[in-house]
Amino acid sequence: MDTLKVSRATRLSTMAMVMLALIVVVMAAAPWWAGRADLRLFGEIFLYMSLATLWNLLAGYAGLVSVGQQAYVGLGGYVFFAATMLWGMSPFIAFPVAMVLGAAISAPIAFLIFRLRGAYFAIGTWVVAEVFRLSFAQVSALGGGSGTSLTTAIVKDLASGRDGREALAYWFALGLVVVVVGAVFFFLRSRQGVALTAIRDNELAASSLGIDVWRTKFLVYVVTAGLTTLTGALIFLQKLRISPDAAFSTNDWTAFVIFIVVIGGIGTIEGPIIGTLVFFALRETLADFGTIYLIALGFVAILIMLKTPNGLWGLVRGRRGIELFPLSQRVRGLSEKGT
Amino acid sequence: MAILELSGVKKAFGSIIVADDQSWSLAEGEALGVLGPNGAGKTSMFNLATGTLPVDGGTIHYDGKDITSWSAARRCRAGISRSFQVPQPFGGMTVYENAYVAATHGAGLSSRKAEATSLDVLERTGLVKKANVLAGGLTLLDRKRLELARAMCARPRVLLLDEIAGGLTENECHALIDTIKALRNTGISIVWIEHVVHALLAVVDRLIVIDFGKKIAEGNPKTVMESNEVREIYLGIEADA
Repeated sequence: MDTLKVSRATRLSTMAMVMLALIVVVMAAAPWWAGRADLRLFGEIFLYMSLATLWNLLAGYAGLVSVGQQAYVGLGGYVFFAATMLWGMSPFIAFPVAMVLGAAISAPIAFLIFRLRGAYFAIGTWVVAEVFRLSFAQVSALGGGSGTSLTTAIVKDLASGRDGREALAYWFALGLVVVVVGAVFFFLRSRQGVALTAIRDNELAASSLGIDVWRTKFLVYVVTAGLTTLTGALIFLQKLRISPDAAFSTNDWTAFVIFIVVIGGIGTIEGPIIGTLVFFALRETLADFGTIYLIALGFVAILIMLKTPNGLWGLVRGRRGIELFPLSQRVRGLSEKGT
Repeated sequence: MAILELSGVKKAFGSIIVADDQSWSLAEGEALGVLGPNGAGKTSMFNLATGTLPVDGGTIHYDGKDITSWSAARRCRAGISRSFQVPQPFGGMTVYENAYVAATHGAGLSSRKAEATSLDVLERTGLVKKANVLAGGLTLLDRKRLELARAMCARPRVLLLDEIAGGLTENECHALIDTIKALRNTGISIVWIEHVVHALLAVVDRLIVIDFGKKIAEGNPKTVMESNEVREIYLGIEADA
């Protein structure tokens, strides 16, 4: 009995974490070794990785299959533009303001859409996003239906030169993905995270074992909304221009994100990260072929869903539950007992 | 004093009545057996008692409190835990983690205490060797063991067991009986639905028989087994107690 110990780290996960730390350090130095176009691409990858990680927490763990997360991406962009241009806030303050506002707005929305189940919930989230899009198209101070650009004064407020500004936008994106993946990782290791993982696997059993399913899902929805709003703010800082159609695009902020999570492996922390890398690898190699690119994406998605429904990571993870991020608890010392 | 008491509980799905004005109580420290043919409403009765199903009418009291409107989670945290007849494992989590969830959330234990409780219960239910296996990959028998283990990890005062002996070998069945007797000796009150009658009779103090959502017999196990109601349901099956 006393020989049994419980721990999370495995040799593989320790190695993976060291590798990951090295990668983050190398990527943090990217403004010194990468060209301008590469920097933009890396930044975009990190922003998609954040969106995918958040959507995975929502759909893959909490079972809240939202097709309306573009509501928060767009909200983040618009709040960032409004805060800096209309309310005269510093961009550095506008980010936390966007995040808190996104979380605050999501709470009453959660009360509304949590009454819906399954497919109805998905449609509900999409309707909310459309309401957001149509509402922001009415705000003439932000360009109405045709949108607006970030004024040069605000851009200059961030950093003086163009190189400095692009490096800063890149670091924000890298910082965001580290914070988002880190937050999800530590959340999943907490008591609430264990409860969420149980909900992922079986809601009936979870509620019968003392887990407050509604409250846990609510918490996940609100936190995810806040962080998605922050991501939206950073996306539109990189773009420097916003319009209702771009901000609340179902294709860009939901369809691609779902593709990423599904091919990577839903319900695992590694899945969205791997999915993002696969998505961008496909995009960068196929984008020149025009429409073929989207057909190829669809083909890959169908192939993976048929051949390995748990995504590429599900294939690696297998029945033994291999993982790079030390999440699951393992009992050590079983063999010493001669059992 | 009764620790769990159902009074006039009613539940129907359309025209199918699963609980028809059902009343029974469980005394503190008592082991109550439940018999009845398939589809009689035994599992539904557990669903009503644990809060998985809302009642249409009647009240449920636990430890002197009216818990009729409590959620399943709250009832579990208060001390009512159950096993499912059709196992409901957390398939993507290991056996140990399944137990740990119950110990942290059901029993409200700190991480360290939950760890010790989970390991102890896995050892007692014969699952410790499989602690690191994903629960989704377990055999049916082990899934049933896990049902019992999880329910125990929630540190219940009332334990509702739903057909956990089916499919066990003679030795395993004896081990299960010993486990349940030991639980009882720690003061846990038990309600046990079981078709393996000899296992049931080895443990319980009292029997109730349910058919068509109605309680049709109740009392001393020996008397109930010899009653006409039971003979009618289990045609030709003799009580072997």
